[in-house]
Amino acid sequence: MPETYLIAFDGSAASERALTFGAERARAAGAQLLLAHVLEWSPYSFLSAEEVAERHKRRTEEVGRAETVILDPVRKKLAGQGLSVETVVRYGHVAEVLSELAKEYGATQIIVGRTGEKGLQARLFGSVAGTLAQAAPVPCTIVP
Amino acid sequence: MRYAFAALAAASVLASPVHASVAERVDALFAVSTTWFVNLIFADLPGTGVPWIVGWLVIGAVVFTLYFGFIQFRAFGHALQIVRGKYSDPKDAGEVSPFQALTAALSGTVGLGNIAGVAVAVSIGGAGATFWMILAGLLGMASKFTECTLGVKYRNEYPDGTVSGGPMYYIKKGFAERGLPLGGFMAVMFSIFCVLGSLGGGNMFQANQAASQVSSVLGVPSWITGLVLSGIVFLVIVGGIKSIARVTEKVVPFMGGGYFLVGVAILLLNWDMIGWAFSEILRGAFTDSGIVGGMVGAIIQGFRRAAFSNEAGIGSAAIAHSAVRTKEPISEGFVSLLEPFIDTVIICTMTALVIIITQQLLIDANTGMYILGENGRIANVEGVGAGVPLTSAAFGSAFGWAPYALSLAVFLFAFSTMITWSYYGVKAWTYMFGEGETKELVFKLIFCFFIFVGAVTSLDAVIDFSDAALFSMAIFNIIALYFLMPIVKRELQSYLLRLKSGQIKAYK
Repeated sequence: MPETYLIAFDGSAASERALTFGAERARAAGAQLLLAHVLEWSPYSFLSAEEVAERHKRRTEEVGRAETVILDPVRKKLAGQGLSVETVVRYGHVAEVLSELAKEYGATQIIVGRTGEKGLQARLFGSVAGTLAQAAPVPCTIVP
Repeated sequence: MRYAFAALAAASVLASPVHASVAERVDALFAVSTTWFVNLIFADLPGTGVPWIVGWLVIGAVVFTLYFGFIQFRAFGHALQIVRGKYSDPKDAGEVSPFQALTAALSGTVGLGNIAGVAVAVSIGGAGATFWMILAGLLGMASKFTECTLGVKYRNEYPDGTVSGGPMYYIKKGFAERGLPLGGFMAVMFSIFCVLGSLGGGNMFQANQAASQVSSVLGVPSWITGLVLSGIVFLVIVGGIKSIARVTEKVVPFMGGGYFLVGVAILLLNWDMIGWAFSEILRGAFTDSGIVGGMVGAIIQGFRRAAFSNEAGIGSAAIAHSAVRTKEPISEGFVSLLEPFIDTVIICTMTALVIIITQQLLIDANTGMYILGENGRIANVEGVGAGVPLTSAAFGSAFGWAPYALSLAVFLFAFSTMITWSYYGVKAWTYMFGEGETKELVFKLIFCFFIFVGAVTSLDAVIDFSDAALFSMAIFNIIALYFLMPIVKRELQSYLLRLKSGQIKAYK
């Protein structure tokens, strides 16, 4: 059974680098790719009554956009190159969800791009790459 | 934006020439046109001093408490687990979480009722009103459970993914399902009162208290606060400027938390008085402490303010909870039963304790009875009016800066409650007139106009009308709950069985 590489992909330049890196390795090793787009979401944020009412509609729109605009084009491109690619859209804390996905899909490694966040925000909240380096359940490659 | 200028222009014409006399005229007109309605709703039960509507709510809460076997205590722990996300499927992340449903509904109830309403209650009913307020809060949890479960069960789901729900929907559909007559009529009556309640308690009362607080602390005339509030609400609900609402939704929870912590700090500073405060509460609850109406007066004030603050049995929260996409109506009911607890048993009680402990209410040293001022209200140390000024004086006696922070809190609470109630009003409005953007716009413009009206009218006229309109919603809502409660019981039994068998599973 071929290995699965989990790549975090949100369309950003950093995630493009991770994808290029991961696709090369997958081709060499004959591995499958799992592209994950995780939307940052906390169940403990505050919504107004109107936002509560519209939430399901918005979520459907967000998932649709993530699939058609961000994931589908790269999946088609990679499939055209002969790679086996699966995609998934999830909500939650990005690093946590990636770790869960790795377990759920039996991925053998996680590949993420480094955004190079600096300053207060990164210090306070940590970065996705930094958190994964600490907590990922499988080996994690951070692509600069 | 065009509408913004039109509305502001209209309002400033009303206000500018000699604003004081215009305010008085609006006030007089307001009192004249609402008095008959207020008198009808608050008519006493024959031979007693108890307004029938207060009895109506309390009897309802007692019936639901007994019928569901003290569900508010049995399900309390489970409700907390649901809110913590223990039963949330991780695959549903991105949908509204139980925590978000709870806080969205709370933003409509936690607010001025907790700050101003409680002050009114203790300044008329004395410390003893607190006891009855807590009891009403505990009983109200069962009413809230019943109405929110039904709200979810009978909501309308539209193809575009949005939902509309609330008492008007469960009254109509639930009555039809059980083969009962008059469902359509009662649903419309509820909607009419919901629109009035949204303009009253959800709007004018808020505007009024915000304006009076800002004027007493910062000296800004009421009509200016009225115009500003009306303008900001307009920008959010009509102009669709979500960023303002988003800021408020972020800030208000911290305001609520901050308010609670400052209150706790004052209680800790006076820790030696806490025992005395509770003995005052119990003494006033069961004996005549010199207030108008004696012990019955304390009961009425406590019950009345609790109902006005946590809105259990009123039906409003059912509108907010209906919008949540949950598979289990009962779990939404469980979440909602925490609201009266947080709102009344925790936050209202804290306000009352601060007022009592800082000894704002004057007591005759010889008789131990309260000293009455004008209007049958208990005289207070600062000689300020009931409502926010009394709470403000109580907090100010411990921390000099507190009244300023409280002004900001009052303004923000008023704003967030208005935003939530404008949503309730819109839902009732579109139930009657049909869904549609123009129809919503008409209501929203009326809503903004009443903010200004509320800011310039006198407190008594506004509070009385706010109460009357809100309580009228309960007339039809509670009748419907009596007829529909067997449906809730079936749902509850099935839910509890499935919970026990592990069919409803915990994910964490």
